[in-house]
Amino acid sequence: MLLTTLHLAWRELRANLMRSILTTLGIIVGVAAVVMVVTLGQGVTQQITSDIASLGRNILFVFPAVQQRSGPPVQVQPFRAADVRAIERQISGLNGVSPEASRANTALYGNKKWDTQVSGATNSFFPVREWPIAQGRQFTAGEISGGRAVCILGRTPLRELFGRQRALGAEIRVANFSCTVIGVLSAKGQSTFGQDQDDLILMPLETVQRRIIGNINIPNIVISVRTAELVPKAQKDITKLLRERRNIREGENDNFTIRDVASIASLVASTTAILTAGLSGVAAISLLVGGIGIMNIMLVSVTERTREIGIRLAIGALERDVLWQFLIEAVLLSCLGGVIGAVLGLVGSWLLTIPLGVPFVLSPWVVVVSFGFSAAIGIIFGFFPARRAARLDPIEALRYE
Amino acid sequence: MTSPLLEFRKVSKIYGKGEAEVRALDNVDLQIRQGEFVAVMGPSGSGKSTTMNILGCLDTPTKGKYLFSGLDVSDLTRNQRALLRRHYIGFVFQGFNLLKRTTALENTALPLVYRGTPSAERRERAMQALTLVGLADRWDHTSSELSGGQQQRVAIARALVSDPAVVFADEPTGNLDTSRSHEIMTLLTKLNADRGITICLVTHEEEIAAYAKRQVRFRDGRIASDTNGTSRGGK
Ligand SMILES: Nc1ncnc2c1ncn2[C@@H]1O[C@H](COP(=O)(O)OP(=O)(O)O)[C@@H](O)[C@H]1O
Ligand SMILES: [Mg+2]
Repeated sequence: MLLTTLHLAWRELRANLMRSILTTLGIIVGVAAVVMVVTLGQGVTQQITSDIASLGRNILFVFPAVQQRSGPPVQVQPFRAADVRAIERQISGLNGVSPEASRANTALYGNKKWDTQVSGATNSFFPVREWPIAQGRQFTAGEISGGRAVCILGRTPLRELFGRQRALGAEIRVANFSCTVIGVLSAKGQSTFGQDQDDLILMPLETVQRRIIGNINIPNIVISVRTAELVPKAQKDITKLLRERRNIREGENDNFTIRDVASIASLVASTTAILTAGLSGVAAISLLVGGIGIMNIMLVSVTERTREIGIRLAIGALERDVLWQFLIEAVLLSCLGGVIGAVLGLVGSWLLTIPLGVPFVLSPWVVVVSFGFSAAIGIIFGFFPARRAARLDPIEALRYE
Repeated sequence: MTSPLLEFRKVSKIYGKGEAEVRALDNVDLQIRQGEFVAVMGPSGSGKSTTMNILGCLDTPTKGKYLFSGLDVSDLTRNQRALLRRHYIGFVFQGFNLLKRTTALENTALPLVYRGTPSAERRERAMQALTLVGLADRWDHTSSELSGGQQQRVAIARALVSDPAVVFADEPTGNLDTSRSHEIMTLLTKLNADRGITICLVTHEEEIAAYAKRQVRFRDGRIASDTNGTSRGGK
């Protein structure tokens, strides 16, 4: 009986194929939008999560500047090496403190040329950033204290300057001095925002300060806290220490900023969530419109098939039988839209993941939920027309022209 | 004598209220026995269709009682009457009223679908019914591929397929030319004679009515005459 009804409903839809597809357009768009939004949202979330994992959840960034409401951050009073030492000595629960100073510069090797970021750092860089060396070695104590001309290459300058050639021991030119390659960093890949993290050349901090930037300021300190639970306490202690060192009086605002990755991540995640919610709202409206479209076309169908309903009722169909027939037809119609929408949504989001640079995360529940949703819409919006069909008076229905 | 299959006891059907009241049937008494072949006649608006609708359990009387095989139909719910129709009654309508885009076989089998008959048995019985009306070779034609007379024969096959006790036909030849009409009537007469199916049909053509063993004439919602007489039908 159910099989017969399904078969019948399918034939009815096929007979009005164009009309059926147009009717389900709302559902198709709605489901496609939901699937796309959720799939891409999950891709972005996964990307952020893995970025955070690669960065370490227990990382603090300290800048000697404050972010204004608008405009660029105001540089107040730079950090110096003594600030770094003070943090290392006086704050407990830290894995390491990595002072960093960077400048964009051009590196030359033979006839190859590459614009990149030159970062000055200490050996704390590697554990704090959880970014090991793949080939070669770290800086020696002498290289760091003496500000020697040595460098460790990121993957991108390595590829661009050396190609397949051996880099270790080679001399490259950066700024106006030549510099020995002593190591190669492991690959890190793209960041959430599509930045190539491997595009850098690492040198001892003093080398960059003296030979490239021309001062001994430290614009950026990266700190690794032992566990994520210790992050809030470390943040409080560092704030207290830096306020003291910078002579900030009680009641005055900080003239530096401490950011933790978790808060950045949660900011990004909540932004993504808000975006997803907003777009899902749009999708829900489109599903609603789709539902009304289905109700409309089912009412038309009931009117068109009044005689058929009359025959069925006269022959001995119960109200229930007719109700089921039209309900199944509505559900089949909306599920058809759901399937088409889900396929379009998956293909669409798959195509979008490539330029967006996020992974394609296929989650089965999105498909199941959107399918269930469209079935539910079929039931909800198909019920009223189906009940109208079931309640027709067979005599009137048979007389209908 | 056995008790009648169908019985009207002072049945009235009133449409509308007050000034606009129409008495489609006015205190009608009527008895139809198992195996009878009755032609209901009368001018337009005399209450023929109203009578057929009540007899066929599609409608209920405003006043009086209608007993179907002794069962008071006025007390039944809409769904109970549907079940009664499903199991005991076949219909042939004036407009051929087959489902569109549906083959003759499927149209014929439709009442069995609602009876929950398994599909293999449905096919077999529908095929038998189509054979009986002489359309076995057209089983896979949809209604639009059949002529008017053929469509009405499919409708008869559909009315028969569930082995009903009684078949109601409201002007079954109304849309057919004379020779098709006689084919249909010959078929109905044969079914009545061979299978003992009670048949009740409405017509306003004397020639058609003559196939029946009994003619009931209506006028203004009342029975004007009720005669037993055949000129060409059964004996
Ligand atoms: N649904 C209805 N509402 C109001 N009046 C009706 C309705 N059905 C039938 N009638 C009236 O009842 C009378 C009998 O109608 P009907 O039984 O259809 O006559 P017949 O079939 O003999 O032509 C007519 O006057 C008709 O107008
Ligand atoms: Mg009539």
